[in-house]
Amino acid sequence: MISLLLLLSIPTILNAQESKAADIDVNELVFGHIGDAYEWHIATFGDTPVSIPLPVIVKSSTGWHVFCSSELEDGKEYEGLYIAEGGVNDGKIVEKNAEGEEVRPFDISITKDVLGLFINSAVLIVIMMACVRWYKKHPVEQGAPRGGVGMMEALILMIYDDVIKGCIGEDYKRYAPYLLTAFFFVLVNNLMGLIPVFPGGANVTGNIAITLVLALCTFLLTNIFGTKTYWKDIFWPDVPTWLKVPIPMMPLIEFFGIFTKPFALMIRLFANIMAGHAAVLSLIAIIFITVKAGPIINGSMTFVAVVFGIFMDALEILVAFIQAYVFTMLSAVFIGLSRVKEHEAK
Amino acid sequence: MGLLTPDPGLLFWMVITFGVVFFILAKYGFPVVIKMVEDRKTYIDNSLKAAREANEQLANVKLESDKVLAQAREEQGRILSEAAATRDRIVKEAQERARREGQRLMDEMKKQIETEKESAIRDIRRQVAVLSVGIAEKIMRSKLADEKAQTELIDRMLDEMIESSKQ
Repeated sequence: MISLLLLLSIPTILNAQESKAADIDVNELVFGHIGDAYEWHIATFGDTPVSIPLPVIVKSSTGWHVFCSSELEDGKEYEGLYIAEGGVNDGKIVEKNAEGEEVRPFDISITKDVLGLFINSAVLIVIMMACVRWYKKHPVEQGAPRGGVGMMEALILMIYDDVIKGCIGEDYKRYAPYLLTAFFFVLVNNLMGLIPVFPGGANVTGNIAITLVLALCTFLLTNIFGTKTYWKDIFWPDVPTWLKVPIPMMPLIEFFGIFTKPFALMIRLFANIMAGHAAVLSLIAIIFITVKAGPIINGSMTFVAVVFGIFMDALEILVAFIQAYVFTMLSAVFIGLSRVKEHEAK
Repeated sequence: MGLLTPDPGLLFWMVITFGVVFFILAKYGFPVVIKMVEDRKTYIDNSLKAAREANEQLANVKLESDKVLAQAREEQGRILSEAAATRDRIVKEAQERARREGQRLMDEMKKQIETEKESAIRDIRRQVAVLSVGIAEKIMRSKLADEKAQTELIDRMLDEMIESSKQ
């Protein structure tokens, strides 16, 4: 295995210099797929890109504009709006204000990620409602479901019994709907992101806006329903007094903990999924980089790229599940910590 | 840093979408599934309990039936022995009654025979008396043909009477 890896790494080293010319392309390729876009790019045949145009909804200084994203193709300008190239607003719709600076209007366009979000949410709702329909049609006496519904039930129960009941404790029932929704939402979005063609492929959970909202929900649930003991543990923790007075060291650390915990949730999910997409895309990009290096190297590298790509995809399926699970579990743990009762006297 | 800046448009849509998904699933999705699973759990628990109870009852029924059977057998024996005793008693009674009836009939018969006999004896006596009187008359007639014999007889008779009166 190691010798194989060594053998395979030789051409990569040899090619390192030759492939420099293609570097920019790879960057664009990888970040183009990871990032958001106003159109859903599927493939490019020769010089003609095949993509699905999406609606642009923008409120600029001249009022609301709703039009098709194909109007903005190739840097075209439409009603004073155009897609910025370079700078802070790279790739976003901008307009020129009175001073001639590029500013972003209020932009709620249905972008690739938004459409992906809609599709994935619809998939999730359809799957869940199909399960619910099964339960409505089959009374309790007819036993447990099999097949897909059985799998969903097993997943739901795994989260419900092991994670939610285990981590939250007493009033777990109140938080179960949110945590289950979060788990399946993340899972479906993760898995859909791994499908390379149209209905899937959008890097939804690998976008920080998505994970931000999810982490914010956990943050709100944790702190809104926090018990008195939870707040006491933050501002007057059970540590030697000199750690609290005169410099409130521990309270400060604990207070920052309130924000770092959901922040970690947000970054963890975002980084894992984004990195996974980037890794798979980079592996596939090797094939195109090595084209210039001749057929033998290109052939061997294609083989390596495909093998590693398969490995990465399999790993990503695992990661998709693990990240959904970890997000749910940590959310449950944070909520559970905020529900602590008075410490028992030791 | 483009990747690390959340896009407001996407945030907006995410809040709406997640809200809708959460609303639908929390209202119509998970509670139904969890309720069904819990219902099934209680149903299975109840079924198990019912099965255990049924088993116990079955065991009880067997015990009960054995007991009933034993009782029945005992009763049967008792009834049989009682019947035998009754039979014996009835037979004995019948025999006794027959014997007594026979005795009674026999006694009656004896009594009747006795009366018959007595009346027959009385009859015979009367006849004998009549006959003997007749014979005596005839003898007397033949014997007392003369006066002397007659007187002799009277005397003797008188003597006898006197003697008997003396005694």
